[in-house]
Amino acid sequence: MLEIVEIYVFVLAGFVGYQVITRVPPLLHTPLMSATNAMSAISLVGSLVVAGSGHGTVASVLGCVAVACAMTNVVGGFIITDRMLKMFRRAAAPPPAGAAPAAPRKDNE
Amino acid sequence: MSEPPALVGAPGLAAAVSPRELLIQAAYLAASVLFILGLKSLTKPDSARRGMQQAALGMLLAIVGTLFHHQIVEYHWIVAGLVIGGVIGWPLGTRVPMTAMPQRIALSHMFGATAASLVGVAEYYTAYRPLADGTLPGVDPARMAALGFEVLFGSLTVTGSLMAAGKLQELLPGQPITFRGQNVFNVAVFALAIGLFLFLIAFPASAAAFYTMIGLALVIGVSMVLPIGAADMPVVVSLLNSYAGLAAAATGFAIGNNVLIICGALDGGSGFLLSMLMCKAMNRSFANVLFGAFGTPQAASARSATGLVAKSISAEDAAIQLAYARKVIVVPGYGMAVAQSQHQVRELAELIERRGGEVKYAIHPVAGRMPGHMNVLLAEANVPYDRLYDMEEINQEFANTDVAVVIGANDVVNPAARNDPSSPIYGMPILNVDQARSIIVMKRSMNPGFAGIENELFYDPKTRMLFGDAKASLTKLVTEVKAL
Repeated sequence: MLEIVEIYVFVLAGFVGYQVITRVPPLLHTPLMSATNAMSAISLVGSLVVAGSGHGTVASVLGCVAVACAMTNVVGGFIITDRMLKMFRRAAAPPPAGAAPAAPRKDNE
Repeated sequence: MSEPPALVGAPGLAAAVSPRELLIQAAYLAASVLFILGLKSLTKPDSARRGMQQAALGMLLAIVGTLFHHQIVEYHWIVAGLVIGGVIGWPLGTRVPMTAMPQRIALSHMFGATAASLVGVAEYYTAYRPLADGTLPGVDPARMAALGFEVLFGSLTVTGSLMAAGKLQELLPGQPITFRGQNVFNVAVFALAIGLFLFLIAFPASAAAFYTMIGLALVIGVSMVLPIGAADMPVVVSLLNSYAGLAAAATGFAIGNNVLIICGALDGGSGFLLSMLMCKAMNRSFANVLFGAFGTPQAASARSATGLVAKSISAEDAAIQLAYARKVIVVPGYGMAVAQSQHQVRELAELIERRGGEVKYAIHPVAGRMPGHMNVLLAEANVPYDRLYDMEEINQEFANTDVAVVIGANDVVNPAARNDPSSPIYGMPILNVDQARSIIVMKRSMNPGFAGIENELFYDPKTRMLFGDAKASLTKLVTEVKAL
């Protein structure tokens, strides 16, 4: 069942994740956390198979609860991430006259 | 690097692949790619929203694809679960206020970990349930190892996250809870759980060992978070995020599903990275946060505040100072979140800007109760994100700032971190508020902060204290500045 290629997938995905996530600015760390949380609710995929494979009532009920928990994170997680990201906006107008011009913001490159 | 090799490892591809299986794997591959692109979009605030919407589409694809899985023979449990989850998830997404985000996130770690643990239990249970012909499928040691990781990480995250959420919601006392022999107890429980895990890899059929191990992991979750104070929750929540991810990845190993492994690795990696960043921002090691029981030995602090007098200021005087300042830096802390005063902060800032001043916000990495907490609150109050500055970006600007306004922040502006080697927070990077020309500190009372550390900033000759609830004080300031 456990194959070496799965270890490859795990290590490579971890590597890609590290490269991408280190570039997420602290500004978006809360959305990052809720986003990764919503994504890891992909374990729903496993729960669905358990809940639907008809291996007796115990397994089905466990699966059903697991589906409910994972679905909670899918729905709640993506909605709240979107709600947060929607709020981040740039200054609509340049600072009013008289103010020192805002220093150009380096965009975490 | 953005090519996840999901399809390569798809089980059964080497053998004849049914079109249905191929379609499911294609959906999983698409989901994996969309998730990684979604994370990548989070590196820029302007692209983030669309990227995450695409990730949500990826999730939908994966779910729909799975519904066609050949092992699924009945749908009523699935539908029931999906409906219940949708009903719970909807208000958790739409209703929870931004100030409650830390406990909301902790709760969602609990849900994710519960799902992973239950799948593990169901897999184990099913494997040792006799088939129609009386045989037991059983699990081999490698699969047992994956299942073990899954339920271990999953179960301790379930109770650990519940404890963290309880502390953050103040249902549980925020102070570290310690008892005699705590470390011995923790190590013993942990060792016993690991022992059972190793035993199970050798003898997977021992159901008693499996369920005892889960019980122990649940105990570990509680005893792990018990001695950690509420102020250290950013590290704990990030770490639990990582554990929830690892539990999901272990699920992927156990059921041979690559999209789960990929997402679990992303989630686990991101949580781990965030907790490292938080520790670095407090100049403390993981071990110190997790086992240090911060905040107990305060009597030993070398400098006490006896004999020093903090000078208070009236809202009228503070308003005059702010109204005529050319450069103001606002330093928000957890106190701003507690008082829910972010909207008043923005209103005051707009008034100052209209009068020709410049207002920036200095965000310490551990301000608030989770990474990025202050940014979300200020964004919610319509503060443009290009006015929010990280510590490194803004620290040199304090020296030519007219007024620094500290709202409910304490340890992150305490100069003792720089000057006092005997202070428990010595060495922690802080915002250089003490270098500003004048400082206004909004605070409820002179009680020392959560960690119980005296803050000499409050006794600085340049500092004036504006006592009272932050929201009330800010509302008064807004009225006064308007009247000028």
